[in-house]
Amino acid sequence: MQQNKDVILKLRDLKAHFPVKAGVFKRTVGHVKAVDGVDLDIYRGEVLGVVGESGCGKTTLGKAILRLVESSEGQVIYCSGDEQTDLTTLDNEGLVPYRKKLQIVFQDPHSSLNPAFTIFGSLEDPLKKYGVKSRAERRKIIGDLLEAVNMRPEYMDRYPHEFSGGQRQRIGIARALSIGPELIVCDEAVSALDVSIQAQVLQLLMKLKQEKNLTYVFITHDLSVTEYICDRIAVMYLGRVVELCDSEELYAHTLHPYTKALLSAVPVADLDKQTDRIVLEGDVPSPVNPPSGCPFHPRCQSAIERCKTDVPKLKRYEVDGRDHFASCHLVDLPEAV
Amino acid sequence: MTQDQDVALSVKNLKTFFYTNKRCNKAVNGVSFDIKKGKTLCIVGESGCGKSVTASTIMQLLPTLSRIEEGEITYHSENGDIRIDQLERNGEKMRSIRGSEIAMIFQDPMTALNPVYTIGFQISESLKYHTDLTRTQYKTRAIELLRDMGISLPESRVDDYPHSYSGGMRQRAMIAMAMSCSPKILIADEPTTALDVTIQAQIFELMDTLKKEHGTAIMLITHDMGVVAELADEVAVMYMGNIVEAGTVDEVLRNPTHPYTRALLASIPVLGKGKHQDITAIPGSTPDPYDRPNGCQFADRCAYRIDACDVMPEETQIGRTHRVMCWRHEEVGANAAE
Repeated sequence: MQQNKDVILKLRDLKAHFPVKAGVFKRTVGHVKAVDGVDLDIYRGEVLGVVGESGCGKTTLGKAILRLVESSEGQVIYCSGDEQTDLTTLDNEGLVPYRKKLQIVFQDPHSSLNPAFTIFGSLEDPLKKYGVKSRAERRKIIGDLLEAVNMRPEYMDRYPHEFSGGQRQRIGIARALSIGPELIVCDEAVSALDVSIQAQVLQLLMKLKQEKNLTYVFITHDLSVTEYICDRIAVMYLGRVVELCDSEELYAHTLHPYTKALLSAVPVADLDKQTDRIVLEGDVPSPVNPPSGCPFHPRCQSAIERCKTDVPKLKRYEVDGRDHFASCHLVDLPEAV
Repeated sequence: MTQDQDVALSVKNLKTFFYTNKRCNKAVNGVSFDIKKGKTLCIVGESGCGKSVTASTIMQLLPTLSRIEEGEITYHSENGDIRIDQLERNGEKMRSIRGSEIAMIFQDPMTALNPVYTIGFQISESLKYHTDLTRTQYKTRAIELLRDMGISLPESRVDDYPHSYSGGMRQRAMIAMAMSCSPKILIADEPTTALDVTIQAQIFELMDTLKKEHGTAIMLITHDMGVVAELADEVAVMYMGNIVEAGTVDEVLRNPTHPYTRALLASIPVLGKGKHQDITAIPGSTPDPYDRPNGCQFADRCAYRIDACDVMPEETQIGRTHRVMCWRHEEVGANAAE
């Protein structure tokens, strides 16, 4: 189904490890493996959801894509036509043209805008950098942007404290849009908002995607939101992608036991829906020394001997003719499918 | 009115106002509800609607700039009724109720636990004040409580400090603290908002057991309609200081009669309904609490607005337990039933 899709970004074995230092001489005693080998293709025009619990590395993955966090290994390949560039090898200067194509919307709208700058002040910097020389022109562009996110252009001379959370988040989106990106990483873009405002922002994001032909990497922990907005979903656990497939497919035929547990744990605002809740024991293990074998095995209810020793690879399965990737030994067992 | 035997706490026409810079924020503006034994009452609403203030009013934990303006909070204890609103904030009587009869779980376990005392010390603190156990006994009791909350190796973890607990474990320790004196009423202020869904499921399981085994009355404050559907027996929907709709969970979720409840339910994506579900955003945002509309607080955002909405609607009883504050509740209810 998706063979001929145009890839915009390829992640190859991407790793982001942070050293843990201890003692007087600050020796490195270990690594926090925040992102530990992620292979992903992001297609042009899709919404890719990245879900997982806190500490699973989803935010680090988003930042590593934009090189806001340096990855320690692996490649982030930007593709456009025949051009393929590995972003991890570029220096700051080389990265400039790509910064324009990849943008981010941050989680907390209260801390991502500088309180000492007006909205115009915050939004004009990227435009200056990318060659809009005249101030009048910048004002016009920002006015249009604010209109695009359903706000009045006059608001550009106000300060962030004058806006509500939902409005600030829309300003954050306007800022990400200002230099015409192709891909936007939305890092928990709606998590800090009230439900009634959340729906406004989600609908705005969908509208902008249609109008500007954007690609989103939508990082969130809310599985109801992912189902609504995403085309494909990657489920992460301890720095790895454990399941990846079309959004409908994921909810219809869940393969990985972690995804099953995650889905069953979501409270659903529907009285008719009875879920057999799988309650996982314990917490996410520390990413400093993850468990041997499958990182999920200590919490997995159907773990077998093999799970304790072998690390499962992300394998391709075909369910109803659609691609479905999962990394679990159990899926290979005939009775489990 | 004869009181039901199983009402643990009743709140009548409660008003809590905050005074800052000569301005008055009517944070809770005439709220009435009952908390029943062995039942969960969920209070839902957006941020700033007064749900947490209601909780702190019941616990008498309000900041000094605020006061209970009007209304009654009656705690139906085993030894007769106690009017909590008339007690001195930190008087002896209030202190003896707080923590032992009515306990509270706070939203953020990170800030609610004291980082310089061990978990065991913090749990046994309330035992120290409210029971006459000896030092060794309350240590054992603290270990027992931690074990009940599903913390592994409680014998050694009891002497740990909060920083060595994970978020979910801290929240369990908070619940252990709240449950230490087997309170009759447990007030949980967004107990799982800071936690992951898998941990949230564990906490809910725990609260459900407490309710069933001890007959604790639970008042759960949340903003998540999903949580309401899972846990609540009764629901009160709050908007800008008023309960706009209340009733059993069936009544409110299946047949919402207030436009705000309907809009709220329509604005959340529901898991399992697929990608093509319709969600409708509520236009605008909540009004400034210092500059409120005169009549119905929701009128500016409401699709059902009429001229009569400039006057605050009366509360109408539309079922034995179901009540709503809206002039046009009949039409709204009829639309919902379609």
